[in-house]
Amino acid sequence: MDLSLSSGIPLQAFLVLAAVLFCTGVWGLINSRNAVRVLMSIELMLNAVNINLMAFSSYLDGQLIRGQVFAIFVITVAAAEAAVGLAILLSLYRNRDTVDMERFNLLRW
Amino acid sequence: MTIASTTQQICFAVLSTTVVAGALGVVLLPNVVYAAFLLAGVFLSVAGLYLMLNASFVAAAQILVYVGAVNVLILFAIMLVNKREDLAAIPGLGLRRLLSGLVCGGLFVLLIRVAFTTPWGSGPEPVGEEATIRIGEHLFSDYLLPFELASVLLLMAMIGAIVLARRDVFSEDIGTGEEVDQGLIEKARTPLLLDRSVR
Repeated sequence: MDLSLSSGIPLQAFLVLAAVLFCTGVWGLINSRNAVRVLMSIELMLNAVNINLMAFSSYLDGQLIRGQVFAIFVITVAAAEAAVGLAILLSLYRNRDTVDMERFNLLRW
Repeated sequence: MTIASTTQQICFAVLSTTVVAGALGVVLLPNVVYAAFLLAGVFLSVAGLYLMLNASFVAAAQILVYVGAVNVLILFAIMLVNKREDLAAIPGLGLRRLLSGLVCGGLFVLLIRVAFTTPWGSGPEPVGEEATIRIGEHLFSDYLLPFELASVLLLMAMIGAIVLARRDVFSEDIGTGEEVDQGLIEKARTPLLLDRSVR
């Protein structure tokens, strides 16, 4: 079983990198007080997923590369998500005069 | 070990170090503007990783969409909500950080274990430089419907973002029917839902 193909990098290296990036994003998502930073953490997580998709596409699905098509769709959805998310953030800031996540608590029990 | 594979390993090491350091900076730096610029660095390094995987089209899309659009949008948002505010201390913050760190560490261990215990097998020979042609064939044959739906999604997101982010401009007051000074829209408006308990 030769996972490294012609390159010297095994598939697991990409998976470990994506895991580190994803966990960093999750930690930032939970712990950020600034709403903009929360959106940035979400972008980090989406990028981690994209790295996984691209690595699998290249190492395991080399002829059809469906992973790359999926990555393009993920990038599209991420762009839409960022636009709507930042619009919501602007609207929130106008109404609450803050970007502190701890004070966006109108719907919280 | 050939020179080519050594070069690839060095490139991978540099790019992954940049990605991890940048991601930690995005999450940990106190200044949000620095975090946004580091995020651009992370996106560029990820595009470099895509280039190492022979995916030039996705790398170009990554740079155009993420660095060119999303990151600029984030910077604009930072400038628009640029208010220095001292965050009120909340109880149990250290405990929450510790617990979420434990959860993320557990998730990381799980992912690593999955990555190293699964027998991945080996796939067919990669197409290499023909990847862009294959993507074009996919997008116009078996992925045609998702491709068109993506355009509808982008249109919806555009309209939704405009509706959400614009200031309401009314030529007359809804309640009283009086004419409203159009200059009002550029003045600061009293926020509606201020949290009175904090002040």
